[in-house]
Amino acid sequence: MTIPVSIAINGRRYDREVEPRLLLVHFIRDTLGLTGTKVGCDTSQCGACTVLLDGAAVKSCTCLAVQADGAEITTIEGLADDGGLHPLQESFWNKHGLQCGFCTPGMILAAHEILRTNPDPSDEEIRHGLEGNFCRCTGYQNIVRAVRDAVQEETS
Amino acid sequence: MFAPEFSYHRASSIAEAGRLLAEHPGAKVLAGGHSLIPILKLRLAAPAVVIDIGRIPEMKGIAAGNGTVTIGALTTHAELASSEIVRANARALAEAAAQIGDPAVRNRGTIGGNVAHADPASDLPQALVALGATFRLTSPEGARSVAAEDFFEGLMTTSLREDELLTSIELPAAGPGRGSAYAKLAHPASRYAVIGAAASVTVAGGKCTAASVVLGGLTSRPTRAPSVEASLVGQTPSEAVIAAAAKNAAGDLGDDLMGDIYASEEYRKAVAHVWVRRALAAAAARCAG
Ligand SMILES: Cc1cc2nc3c(=O)[nH]c(=O)nc-3n(C[C@H](O)[C@H](O)[C@H](O)COP(=O)(O)OP(=O)(O)OC[C@H]3O[C@@H](n4cnc5c(N)ncnc54)[C@H](O)[C@@H]3O)c2cc1C
Ligand code: FES
Ligand code: FES
Repeated sequence: MTIPVSIAINGRRYDREVEPRLLLVHFIRDTLGLTGTKVGCDTSQCGACTVLLDGAAVKSCTCLAVQADGAEITTIEGLADDGGLHPLQESFWNKHGLQCGFCTPGMILAAHEILRTNPDPSDEEIRHGLEGNFCRCTGYQNIVRAVRDAVQEETS
Repeated sequence: MFAPEFSYHRASSIAEAGRLLAEHPGAKVLAGGHSLIPILKLRLAAPAVVIDIGRIPEMKGIAAGNGTVTIGALTTHAELASSEIVRANARALAEAAAQIGDPAVRNRGTIGGNVAHADPASDLPQALVALGATFRLTSPEGARSVAAEDFFEGLMTTSLREDELLTSIELPAAGPGRGSAYAKLAHPASRYAVIGAAASVTVAGGKCTAASVVLGGLTSRPTRAPSVEASLVGQTPSEAVIAAAAKNAAGDLGDDLMGDIYASEEYRKAVAHVWVRRALAAAAARCAG
């Protein structure tokens, strides 16, 4: 059985026939070839697969493509709309918020979620907001600095 | 990981979901998917049919009126945590929802899915029992109401029948001198509740006139702590009185406790009173009057 879905990703609409069990992350990576979004744990724990669904952060390994039918998805490739870097991408770069970079797309979209719901978070609120995203390299300090830096850039 | 194959139906109304459930015995309904999808991927379940109820408009939204707060079963944890109505009338529920998993989980998971799944490590069941919630269940045969206290039967088992949908949850609106709170020991990796204590307290003339204390996380279903409640009623809820009352929690828990490599049964039983005390102290501090 396949189901027709129409999903907009980074501003472009894709109409495809999908198996109901197809995960959103596989639709993004395998069906469409947008490999910025990563699969880490595949068990809803690590946040590497985080994307924005109608603006809100979700773990795309724990969402079926059919559930996203009609939705607007933003992946790391589409976060900056002018082909440049989004302020969060700039601040992750400037503050060394990444090493291997595997967690980074999810981390940046989780950071985006923090700022969407709380434009001026404390360090503690940033840490709390990143609870669903694991990084095996940085030790998190520079990630928190990067998010704080992006807040200061926005407010200055 | 891939879920086993299933056929997919999307319901656009409660009536259509009911018809689909009647047509496909053994079908599973899908709300936020944050318990069902992991289960399918781990192949702990392999339903032939999945019915997506996630877009049914009648099952969304939070409303207050006639002394009751009505919460649609599809309300997400994020919506519960940030709702002014929930915060004003059922603070323990808002606090429990705010502590679920992480922000992305809270954006997808729903109150209906959380209670229908009835994971003993969940946060919402104990808050809903403590607040005296009533669950509205619907099937093609008709609707019925079940008290939260009677809904949870044991480990992942509830009084929900296979052909029934949980459509909404009703809570009594805030009353004078009543306050509630939720305190949680979260598992450091999964964030699920190791111990979750929900308390609702009413104070009149400086004395506690009613108390409802319910624990979860460490028992297979939400467990009321009647001896904690009894030692509070009639007393002035001072710090000392609350601490002494909370100490009775261990006795109310019985011997059928859950444990894991992070926290043994004995440990959970020994420290449960700490979370009961914290929930009671926060609830009592909110009892204006
Ligand atoms: C990483 C992670 C961390 C989590 N941490 C926590 C935590 O700390 N605390 C906590 O409480 N929970 C936690 N959860 C679970 C989360 O709260 C789930 O959202 C919730 O348990 C299920 O809700 P859902 O809407 O996703 O339901 P689904 O997964 O869609 O459904 C769950 C079950 O309920 C049934 N169902 C759903 N809705 C209805 C309905 N309206 N009527 C009848 N049956 C229905 C389904 O058929 C299925 O059997 C976590 C989940 C994840 C993935
Ligand atoms: S891959 Fe989705 S949370 Fe880890
Ligand atoms: S930079 Fe390597 S996992 Fe975070």
